[in-house]
Amino acid sequence: MSARTNLAGASAFVVLAAAALAAPAWFVSLATIAFANALVVLGLIVLWRAGLVPFGQALYYCVGAYTVALLARWVGITDAFVMLAVSGLIAGLVAYVVGFLLARYREIFFAMLSLALSMILYGVLVKTETLGSTDGFGVATPTFAGYAPHREALGLALYWLVLAVGALCAFAVSTYFRTTAGALAIPIRDNEIRIEFLGLSVNDLIHLKLVIAGVVGGLGGALAAMSIGHVDPNMSYWTTSGGFVFVTILAGASSVAAAFVGSLVFEIVRTVAVDLLPGFWQMILGSVLLLTILFLPEGLGSVFARLRGAPDRGAP
Amino acid sequence: MVADTCAKHFKILGLTTVLMGVSAIGVQAQQAAAPAPVRLGIVSFLTGPAASPFGIPGRNGAEIMIEALNGGKVPAPYATVGLGGTKIEAKYVDEAGSAANVVTEFRNLVQRDKVDAVVGYISSGSCLAVTPVAEELKALTVYFDCGTPRIFEEAARKYVFRPSPHATMDNTGAARYVLSKKKDVKFFSGINQNYAWGQDSWRDFLSAMNILAPSAKAEKELFPKLFAGEYGAEISTLLTSKSQVVHTSFWNGDLEGFLYQSQARGLSKRMPIIATTAEASIWRMRDKMPDGTIIGGRGPNGPLAPNTALNKWFHGIYVDRYGTPPTYPSYQMALAILGLKVAWEKAQKTKGGGAPTTEEIVSAFEGIEYEAPSGKVKLALGKGHQGIQETAYGTYRFNKQKQTPEIVDVIRFPAECVNPPSDVNSDDWVKGGMKGAKC
Amino acid sequence: MLTAFAIVADGLVYAAYLFLVAVGLTLIFGVMKILNVTHGSFYAFGAYGAATAAGIYFDRSLPDALGFLFMILFAMGIGLILGLILERGILRLVYGKDEVVIVLVTYAVFLILEDVITLIWGPRSYGAYQPMVAAGSIDVGRLTLSNYDIGLVIIAAALALATFLALKRTRFGRLLTVVIYDRETAAAFGVNVTLVYTVTFVIGAMLGTLGGAVMAPKISVTLGIGVEVIVLAFAVVAIGGMGSIEGALVGALIVGLARAAAVHLMPQIELFIIYGVMALVLAFRPFGLFTRAEPRKI
Repeated sequence: MSARTNLAGASAFVVLAAAALAAPAWFVSLATIAFANALVVLGLIVLWRAGLVPFGQALYYCVGAYTVALLARWVGITDAFVMLAVSGLIAGLVAYVVGFLLARYREIFFAMLSLALSMILYGVLVKTETLGSTDGFGVATPTFAGYAPHREALGLALYWLVLAVGALCAFAVSTYFRTTAGALAIPIRDNEIRIEFLGLSVNDLIHLKLVIAGVVGGLGGALAAMSIGHVDPNMSYWTTSGGFVFVTILAGASSVAAAFVGSLVFEIVRTVAVDLLPGFWQMILGSVLLLTILFLPEGLGSVFARLRGAPDRGAP
Repeated sequence: MVADTCAKHFKILGLTTVLMGVSAIGVQAQQAAAPAPVRLGIVSFLTGPAASPFGIPGRNGAEIMIEALNGGKVPAPYATVGLGGTKIEAKYVDEAGSAANVVTEFRNLVQRDKVDAVVGYISSGSCLAVTPVAEELKALTVYFDCGTPRIFEEAARKYVFRPSPHATMDNTGAARYVLSKKKDVKFFSGINQNYAWGQDSWRDFLSAMNILAPSAKAEKELFPKLFAGEYGAEISTLLTSKSQVVHTSFWNGDLEGFLYQSQARGLSKRMPIIATTAEASIWRMRDKMPDGTIIGGRGPNGPLAPNTALNKWFHGIYVDRYGTPPTYPSYQMALAILGLKVAWEKAQKTKGGGAPTTEEIVSAFEGIEYEAPSGKVKLALGKGHQGIQETAYGTYRFNKQKQTPEIVDVIRFPAECVNPPSDVNSDDWVKGGMKGAKC
Repeated sequence: MLTAFAIVADGLVYAAYLFLVAVGLTLIFGVMKILNVTHGSFYAFGAYGAATAAGIYFDRSLPDALGFLFMILFAMGIGLILGLILERGILRLVYGKDEVVIVLVTYAVFLILEDVITLIWGPRSYGAYQPMVAAGSIDVGRLTLSNYDIGLVIIAAALALATFLALKRTRFGRLLTVVIYDRETAAAFGVNVTLVYTVTFVIGAMLGTLGGAVMAPKISVTLGIGVEVIVLAFAVVAIGGMGSIEGALVGALIVGLARAAAVHLMPQIELFIIYGVMALVLAFRPFGLFTRAEPRKI
């Protein structure tokens, strides 16, 4: 099963990478932002499997984005690979430190505490007038190990970078799901005490999940900052986190691919809604979410599971 | 299995293609109606808190100006149809959302809808995010409202223009007005929203006051969060202070809520409030705007606009259509669209007829001077990309007989008095003593 | 001395505001375990409804006090209808799903209702200042206090007392308490949980619109006011303990007084107050101030 899934993922990667050559430039940049956001959603899926839903995941997204922007501004580094590595590291570090506090919380308290932490970062950034406060500031055009493309070439390079990082993270996360620590997510959600009777610390297992979600969230923020070309404190605001949770529910937790499909579908729905009804796009967005929950309770991912004709759904 | 996955992805691509097709058909249908019009993307807030005070008046200003231009009804020297004889077709887009959304929709306008120019943006954050993208895509973009001076001070721009003056003028003008009315100010305070606009406004006002009245002291510097709504503690702080005037760059809902609450608690009787954007609120607040409030309108807009034929015409058609007088975002939008028209027609003339290219319009745009409903404007800053205008402040009074708002004691400050000279960073200019100001 | 008095007075007014916007939220959470994002819409609908009522009533030289009552009843009427539609029409379909999924349902409804507001009232803003102007003010030294603000504190205190008595002394209140403690046992003993849910949600919605209605005279009723209230109410409820009325009251008082002190003494930290207090309280009391820890079931 896992070999087949990996093969399927690899071929999807090739198809998506090739599709960019045929797609119009505006669609490539839309997909770039969608897949960058999908990384945050990937982290949310890791947490959601264990029953945890943070309303402040934008914290890591924002940390990753500001790391990229500040590396260029203060240190003068514009290499995309270096910026990504540093962003992932710093976001992971933040998640590790914050994790000592957050890992003790569950349910709505977990959600609200993570929200409070992301809003404190928001407040700090708003207060930092040298970084443009809420207006934010621009991100230098990234280079790729010496290669410095512009215009369409830059768009494609960023898209392929996002795709490559996305594929690596998706592979890493699905590998993690098959390890003992990863597979214990659903038992944690169902009943923690049973896990502790096995002699494992639930808080440690959750701490690891928080770090994983933080790292991929930071990478997502870093890639988003590069493709938008601008960062602002709004990236840490609770509505940004709310948007990520929205996409997670839309996608469903059934597979890692769902994060990417869900995120792309969300961006397309949003942009079409803005195009068709500029004053009433929130209504379309809300209706889509509502209908998804009512008629596709397992998210978009479940459609593909059904198409695949998976007979073993629901079986352990 | 592999085939299944591929099929799955082709389905997604198929969906996307259908969606792209739908918008493409829409574009073609519109094109068939009128032969090759000039396509403009108009971006302003259509939803959210900034829609009512800025977004909708801005959109209305665009709608009515484009209609009048297409009908050839704008008074001279703008009587030619549309832009140089070609009719304008506008697509309206919402500015609401994150920087990512704003940039995505900008790319969609330029790359998908193939507009000839984008006119819009209210939030400074949007303008800062869009600027590098516009430069990269070589897309002619005219901002109509956003206030931050950073756009042309951080780097030289080629494809981006902003005919309306930036916000430095609002606050240096405010300081000059306060000091000309109240020469003996010893203490003053400020209440501004805790985000870039509020912080920048207060910094400029404070620096200008420090230069113009070194003995006056800033007492309370209050920064409630954006859209806080309840200002009880702030009003108490001001009431217990010695301040003689309070500066605010609040807008719309926050301004109105603050004014209702400060009236109920007698603050507006204790000290006049100088409100840099209050012009946009006077027609709604009417007799609830405290008499004696010092009113700014981000330049010579609305009742502060000069008494010219062009202004009377604009005011007239706007009131006829929308039943309320145009406020400063409408004036700024008219200014932006007329600027584009002037540049377009200048480029067309240089070329000797036919539709000018973006490059030709861009070089014609630099440094132009023209007249709009809000009076004369000159693109003097940012290497000819950033406009300066005179500004005006006045004192509010509700005329009970005529049941209409009035702005009296208007003082006009020439453009070179309240704006920095070209090539000087506005923050440094104010802090450095406003050298070279011609008042 | 005057500053100390001002801090207490401003703190109480802000606390009254916070309690009024949070009480409906905590009630719904306590009984139904739903973190109701739509609460922001209830607040906005209440404020818009009150502004509409003010537009209908005033300028007809009728007594001002009745006008205020009319505004509140009008707004709560909207809450009644809205609450019924949402609970019967939508929430009923998703009971039993994951709590987070239900939060997202209320988020979706919130998004839709934001645009419904634009459809009904348009993008312009409204004032409903008449009751605040009519209430007048009193002077305490250099400080002028609005009588309307004092009235707000009284309304909030009365509401706190009324909910407390209703929960402890009425039959329905005791039923609610039973459902709050253990839904399954309550159902087993013949409590009509479906009915309790409907009634609770409708009351919560009406309390949300009440919050909007009493704040409407102080603010400008404009698009987006609901969003701001959501997180404020969430924070107060998280500090006090989800589902606890006493908690909401104490949470509101702590945040209100802390914010007033910050504005008077250290305006720089105002932005952080609410989240700082929330993080601090949750760090030491992970379930908020007034919730008992859930028993762990094997």
